[in-house]
Amino acid sequence: MRLLTFKGGVHPPEKKLTEHEEIKKAPLPDKVVVFMAQHAGAAAKPVVEVGQEVKTGQIIGEPQGLISAYVHSPVTGKVISVGKINSNVHGMAVEAVTIERTGSDEWELLPKVDYQSASKEELIELIKKAGIVGLGGAMFPTHVKLNPPKPVEILIINGAECEPYLTIDHRVMLEMHEEILMGIEITRKILGVKEVYIGIESNKKDALQLLEEKWNGKVKVAALKTKYPQGAEKQLIKAITGREVPSGGLPSDVGVVVQNVSTMIAIKEAIIDRKPLIERGLTLTGEGVRKRGNWWVRIGAPISWIINELGGGFTEGFEEIKVLMGGPMMGIPVASLDIPILKGNNGITVIKEQKRESTNCIRCSYCVHVCPINLQPYLLDMLSRKKKYDEAAAIGLLDCIECGSCTYICPANVEHVKSIKLAKKVYRTLRGGKK
Amino acid sequence: MKLLTTSAPHVRTEDSTRKVMIDVLIALAPAVVGATYFFGLYALVLSIVGMISAELIELFIMRVLRKDKNFVPNGSAAVTGLLLALNLSVATPWWVLLIGVIFAIAIVKHTFGGLGQNIFNPALAARVFLLVSFPTAMTTWYKPIASFKGWYPADVQTTATPLAVLKLQGFSKVMESTTYTDLIFGNIGGCIGETSAILLLLGFVYLVFRKRIKIFIPFSYIMTVLIISSIFYSVNPEKFGSPIFHIFAGGLMLGALYMATDMVTTPMTLKGQAIFGVGCGLITMIIRYFGGYPEGVSLSILLMNALTPLIDRYTQPKIFGRRQK
Repeated sequence: MRLLTFKGGVHPPEKKLTEHEEIKKAPLPDKVVVFMAQHAGAAAKPVVEVGQEVKTGQIIGEPQGLISAYVHSPVTGKVISVGKINSNVHGMAVEAVTIERTGSDEWELLPKVDYQSASKEELIELIKKAGIVGLGGAMFPTHVKLNPPKPVEILIINGAECEPYLTIDHRVMLEMHEEILMGIEITRKILGVKEVYIGIESNKKDALQLLEEKWNGKVKVAALKTKYPQGAEKQLIKAITGREVPSGGLPSDVGVVVQNVSTMIAIKEAIIDRKPLIERGLTLTGEGVRKRGNWWVRIGAPISWIINELGGGFTEGFEEIKVLMGGPMMGIPVASLDIPILKGNNGITVIKEQKRESTNCIRCSYCVHVCPINLQPYLLDMLSRKKKYDEAAAIGLLDCIECGSCTYICPANVEHVKSIKLAKKVYRTLRGGKK
Repeated sequence: MKLLTTSAPHVRTEDSTRKVMIDVLIALAPAVVGATYFFGLYALVLSIVGMISAELIELFIMRVLRKDKNFVPNGSAAVTGLLLALNLSVATPWWVLLIGVIFAIAIVKHTFGGLGQNIFNPALAARVFLLVSFPTAMTTWYKPIASFKGWYPADVQTTATPLAVLKLQGFSKVMESTTYTDLIFGNIGGCIGETSAILLLLGFVYLVFRKRIKIFIPFSYIMTVLIISSIFYSVNPEKFGSPIFHIFAGGLMLGALYMATDMVTTPMTLKGQAIFGVGCGLITMIIRYFGGYPEGVSLSILLMNALTPLIDRYTQPKIFGRRQK
């Protein structure tokens, strides 16, 4: 089989510890913390009060502005607090609604539509009402993404799952391919595209074979080389179509929309089962947790609950640990275990800190060769640390996708991504949001 | 239990600067064995003195002068010390080497900021410094003794390097006393580490296998020398010498494989590395043919070192999603 790929990238140890674990349905958490910022764009505004009874699927947060999303109650219960909670994941205190569960699910379902006869606008409105965002991690509101500014002809489903450790996308492709296909059919109808691809890395041979067989050519199955960051949007588009999304542009500039496999399930559940996005699959993994597995959990479940109830607690001997929201390449380490699962959370990875010696850059040029965007990470790092932001911007500071390949490969242990991320923030602030 | 929140990525390779340097030292080991075989145990002494003194000087500079209490030797100084030793004649007294090492580490490396910050290759800059400071010691060449004969090659004949013979007496004179086999295996006069092309290539293969080398540089360097010398050879073989001769004689192999590929002082982009190699090849041949010195490898690489920042600036590849400038 010819494997498609992009230029650059790295191959960290895959560590897919849970690839053979079937997805299990988690019990309902007794308490959920639901952040109002679980999507790119403006945070939602809470529309419930303390003491109010809420049903599963009831709207508790309303979108603010064009790029924003609805937030729903993941359980049936009573609101016990509404207010700001510190979250290092967001980098600030964020509005959140805390709900205590009072019983089993009483649903408040979405309006009923017949997706065969419904218009594109009706379907998009329903997806918006369901609070669906990109479940691969970026959490971009799906109703915005499905209404691209330019006509598109290709839909790419992202099943690459190039992050080490994570296996949930792999498992849903094996276990829920029918739901995914229904989601794809709905999305295909909304976008009006003829061509649909699903990109899967070659380390998921069983998924590649299964989808090839079950989907029977309705979706073109593209085998991708197992290489990080194969699942990054621009790299995926390049690998499958050969098209390069212009710098600063959107996939629709080259006639493409990319959606994660799990997002397809959310779309199917919203349109067919009338359920808003209140649960998702995630991988609980890493050497630091006792029981590893793939779980279907309610959004808002605190990480401490996930680790103790589902994971059986931390592995002994793990004193200084990192609990990551996501995988080890781009995951965010949480500063508190009270932080809950977000919509875009595809995994919780518990690992030890890797101790490494740092030196000055020795100009080995490894970072230059692995950068999937063809940047000069060593130079961006140097200019960023010297606060020469304009010079850094001139050589592509804002083009960096923060995949971390440069920092992963660096023998001198230089923290390129750390300084680049900071420089991007400062540069954007200094420029007052102007491009 | 403590939650750590250091920056992503949270996995890294197990690689380190020290591992890079150790790989370079391993790659140079065959050349040291060859030097010992051809020039006696004193060549081994020079190599070891070079490595150890360089590490000690760097340790002193970092711990005492730069007050970095946490500094742990990383092997980069040892590489410099060894390369300098391999670039000397076996007639060089050990204290001359020591002066060279001090110059390399203290002046060329640390006045620019230490590891990774120097513009010029420290070993080469020190070699040129010694060449102008101790011209006699640096240009007295012994014939290889080709066997272990004690510490120091006393009572052995001095000789001229094949490149010097070419410059002064012509190519037929070179071939009277030297065969291609000698050139390739190293049984000729010259610096202790430069004479055996085959042993240098052995280490080079190791570096390529370990991905520790900017491979476009030696390739374009040697190709440039091959092309230029072929052209000149066809014009006047007696005056200019054969292409094979130019590739295996003098310091070209040592220079192209180990000095011109020094990570710190060479370009970062593939295009830049190719340009760097072509530049080295051009300048080497200009000096060999028309310059005052018989050999031009050191000077050519140093000159190109100076151009590295400029080359880097003008060879940045097209950024993903942008139009070619």
